[in-house]
Amino acid sequence: MYSAIVFLPLIGSLIAGFFGRFVGARASEIITSAFVLISALLSWVAFVRVGLFNETDQVQIFRWISSGSLDVSWSLRIDTLTAVMLVVVNTISGLVHVYSIGYMTHDPHRPRFFAYLSLFTFAMLILVTSDNFLQLFFGWEGVGLCSYLLIGFWYHKPSANAAAIKAFIVNRVGDFGFALGIFAIFFVFGTVEFDAVFAAAPDQVGKTILFLGQELDVLTVICLLLFMGAMGKSAQFLLHTWLPDAMEGPTPVSALIHAATMVTAGIFMVARLSPLFELSETALFVVTLVGATTAVFAATIGLVQNDIKRVIAYSTCSQLGYMFVALGIGAYSVAIFHLFTHAFFKALLFLGSGSVIHAMSDEQDIQKMGGLRKLIPYTWATMLIGTLALTGFPFTAGFFSKDAIIEAAYAAHSGIGMYAFYATVVAAFLTSFYSWRLMLLTFHGRSRAGPETLAKVHESPLEMLIPLVILALGSLGAGILFKDLFIGEAYDTFWSGSLFAAASNEILEKMHHVPVAVVIMPTIMMAGGFLLAILMYKLAPGLPATFARMFRPIYLFLLNKWYFDELYDFLFTRPAKRLGRLLWKVGDGTIIDGIGPDGIAARVIDITNRVVRLQSGYVYHYAFAMLIGVAVIITAFMFWDLWSGGMK
Amino acid sequence: MPDWPILTAITFLPLAGAVFILAIGGTDEIAARNARFVALWTTFITFFVSLLIWAYFDASTAEFQFVEKHDWFGGKLSYHMGVDGISMLFVILTTFLMPICILASWESITERVKEYMIAFLVLETLMIGVFCALDLVLFYLFFEGGLIPMFLIIGVWGGKNRVYASFKFFLFTLLGSLLMLLAIMAMYWHSGTIANLCTADELARGITSCPTTDIKTLINDVDFPVNMQSWLWFAFLASFAVKLPMWPVHTWLPDAHVEAPTAGSVVLAAILLKMGGYGFLRFSIPMFPLASEAYAPLIFTLSVLAIVYTSLVALAQEDIKKLIAYSSVAHMGFVTIGLYTFTSQGIEGGIFQMLSHGIVSAALFLCVGVIYDRMHTREIAAYGGLVNRMPIYAFCFMVFTLANLGLPGTSGFVGEFLTLLSVFRVNSWVAFFATTGVVLSAAYSLWLYRRVIYGTLEKASLKSITDMNLREIGFIAPLVILTIFFGFYPSVLLDVMAVSVKKLVTDYQGALAAAEHLNQLAQR
Repeated sequence: MYSAIVFLPLIGSLIAGFFGRFVGARASEIITSAFVLISALLSWVAFVRVGLFNETDQVQIFRWISSGSLDVSWSLRIDTLTAVMLVVVNTISGLVHVYSIGYMTHDPHRPRFFAYLSLFTFAMLILVTSDNFLQLFFGWEGVGLCSYLLIGFWYHKPSANAAAIKAFIVNRVGDFGFALGIFAIFFVFGTVEFDAVFAAAPDQVGKTILFLGQELDVLTVICLLLFMGAMGKSAQFLLHTWLPDAMEGPTPVSALIHAATMVTAGIFMVARLSPLFELSETALFVVTLVGATTAVFAATIGLVQNDIKRVIAYSTCSQLGYMFVALGIGAYSVAIFHLFTHAFFKALLFLGSGSVIHAMSDEQDIQKMGGLRKLIPYTWATMLIGTLALTGFPFTAGFFSKDAIIEAAYAAHSGIGMYAFYATVVAAFLTSFYSWRLMLLTFHGRSRAGPETLAKVHESPLEMLIPLVILALGSLGAGILFKDLFIGEAYDTFWSGSLFAAASNEILEKMHHVPVAVVIMPTIMMAGGFLLAILMYKLAPGLPATFARMFRPIYLFLLNKWYFDELYDFLFTRPAKRLGRLLWKVGDGTIIDGIGPDGIAARVIDITNRVVRLQSGYVYHYAFAMLIGVAVIITAFMFWDLWSGGMK
Repeated sequence: MPDWPILTAITFLPLAGAVFILAIGGTDEIAARNARFVALWTTFITFFVSLLIWAYFDASTAEFQFVEKHDWFGGKLSYHMGVDGISMLFVILTTFLMPICILASWESITERVKEYMIAFLVLETLMIGVFCALDLVLFYLFFEGGLIPMFLIIGVWGGKNRVYASFKFFLFTLLGSLLMLLAIMAMYWHSGTIANLCTADELARGITSCPTTDIKTLINDVDFPVNMQSWLWFAFLASFAVKLPMWPVHTWLPDAHVEAPTAGSVVLAAILLKMGGYGFLRFSIPMFPLASEAYAPLIFTLSVLAIVYTSLVALAQEDIKKLIAYSSVAHMGFVTIGLYTFTSQGIEGGIFQMLSHGIVSAALFLCVGVIYDRMHTREIAAYGGLVNRMPIYAFCFMVFTLANLGLPGTSGFVGEFLTLLSVFRVNSWVAFFATTGVVLSAAYSLWLYRRVIYGTLEKASLKSITDMNLREIGFIAPLVILTIFFGFYPSVLLDVMAVSVKKLVTDYQGALAAAEHLNQLAQR
């Protein structure tokens, strides 16, 4: 069954990719969607079996790389953490497949699109089922590839191409650390199997490793290197620049890859490696710091963006920051819980915004929308639910998972914990504000769209609405239904050891004993953000412009995303190109060739001129020269031989 | 195991084909056609016969197999052939790629077709010979002999600057080979001073000096003194570093590639470069272990420089072939790093990287050839938007691009990963800088792909470009399949080389331990 879950999407992808032209677009859509939906159903079965009845499993497929003491196999590791991810990945993917049938109707390259979607699903499944670091890395790069292919799906758009390459390369920067981390693991532990590494990890506490000339703590080095990979994939502060640009891809892609699944790979990785991270306080400190910073940082940018998808993209960035905060303070299950609920409402928001874009004839600027509530009521209603869940409205999904993170940060009772607490509280306020801003500008007030666009506004077809409704139900219920399993009473039996927490780690216990003020803080922030949004975009519509004028430098700073793109361009991209040119022209050209062959050639140039005749075809001259050379060598040998014989 | 001389057969089959073509008469048109077919059949048959070697090969022993030994020049030299788990794979790589080269030249070569095919067949003989030879002089003949047909292929059938390129190629390699020749002679003389090389029969006749150029004997029974090892090692390095090529003697490669016809580039990148790496494995490391150990840091430095330097240079290229050529140099940097870690993973990684690069770079050059044949330019800026009219081509090119940037699941990943994994143990700085190559290779590969394949098809000259025809698909498809197959199931190759590599590593460690032991004795 587990093999079916993982390989059905691959089979679907291959069929659509290679035979899409022959079987037609419709068949490709149906085959890929059906295969992923079957996978999704089986995943829920697996979820019940593994989560509730603790039937963990391991499936060996075949040997991959065996060299010296390194021995790696393709295999599937099925435990609760994997089961949760299987459910998330396949459910969202299945819904996105169905949604795409409606969304991509007019695209001529649908087989290719569905092949990529399914291939992505497969890579993600390989990632979450991996049993060793190498297979994890395979899935890791595999999803990166699919992300690249899907962002650049509309290959005729230069901006999409640029965004695709940027995504791949920024991720590669993260993978640079990830790869070094794997090398370090193999060096220290002599294996890349999870179980063996986890078992040996406690022995390494306090030991050092010589890395880049420094004696450093082994586990800290390993964890931080691996975390660099997680930062890239999960678009955390400093390596986040690719995610907003990734919105160049078709919207279903944004929902599946750049919101619900792939970007959570970093979270999954840290949770999977909790037996390592738990042993390094420094690493956890960094994880919390980066997460908390991203949570606020991304939210501030979200405040002023006008592209509907970019607002949600920054929101994703920020929410991933929340998850890292949870991981950093040792509340691994809380992080996975938020990952789980977030998948529903973030996919919902993206698909909803896709529905809006679809209705508005591909318009994405929320300043040009407004008043769509009556025109596309179902989209509005589902987006409303998504927004409530994201902002943490009581009893929706986000309310349970996000608030749990804020409480846990407070309960950590450490300096970094308090930083994370304040950061996440502020971010909660900002989140509420930008989410409601988006809702108000898009759906309420008077329409700012042109009459032509407005005349064409229509509600999306059923294959788009049904996924929206299912996700809306998930956004409402995922929190309250699964709270006990993930972070409540049933914690131990549910996770049954697939997440590791040191004996001293009592964060889950402590978070139930935080002051009431802390418990209600997120809700107050949510209400505050809502009220401010109502004030600025409903009651006093002139206010945003006034603010933008009054605080122009800040406004521009945020609008330009803290100028990170410009900074990186200045620091890395342009110098790399310039250096490459310099090394080529001066290094290779002037110095090496100048001293070497050209210097010699200048002296033998007349010979060259004479030999020009040769290229007109006197092959025999060469053969003759060769023969003479050979003869000389052999003669020499024979003579020396005689000579040495004479010496005896 | 067949009892006929199979290695001699595959080595000289192509030569026989060449002789046959020489004898072809008739008008130019028909002669050209016949020459093509003879060459194709010869290379195909050679490939299939070489598969027999794989079929009969015993991967559980590190001994040389299919050995043939005949006295030559009065017994002072010998015609000694044989393969082990390392060289056998290179032989197969060579025979596998040759039919592809012939097919790739099918329509693009219209001038002097007979001579062209002869040059390629002779080249094949020489290349196979290099990997099979177990006698230094024999090796040297094959090794240097290969220069001549290659020189001709570039010089006669090359592009505009072919004369400059072929002479640059010649000058660089000449320098290396002269030093190697000196080293070979020195090794011959030195082996004469070692008493136990003589057979009982010879000793009985009172002969006490039995110099030899036999590679097996030199590896197993001759220990060179430390000082001598050093200069011999450098002499061989001069030759192999140019071939591979290593930084800073790499500048001949981009020029040679740019001027060479497509099939010439394929052979150059896929096989001729590998002779350098093979040389390290067959000579430098087993024969001069102490020097290898001492100068490994030098190799690491040059390799890391090569990776970072040439990757950056690749970013700045405007010519597709030059870009791939520079990326080849970077990839060979991983090979040398792997070999000089002296660990099983590192060496296997290095060999795998060579084999993988043999497939991937060959494929990339073939891909360039496909569009060059249509547009007669290699300028990146002359293309763009090819995916619109050439979807099959775009797919194949994508697979090779991904392999070139080392994506897991392609053959390009395995070698890079194993070498980096093993060098981390030895020196984390090397691992650190070499791993930056992973980021840079993604940058130049994807950027190339984007500029050539993606975008809208705007240029008027490209409006009627056609996708790959059956012949082209025929020679590119096997490469696509192998690139992916070796990515998922590299064991096919790793298992073949494992035992031979193991012996190499064990012998190396043994030699170091023995030297250490002698040192201690001397101190006492």
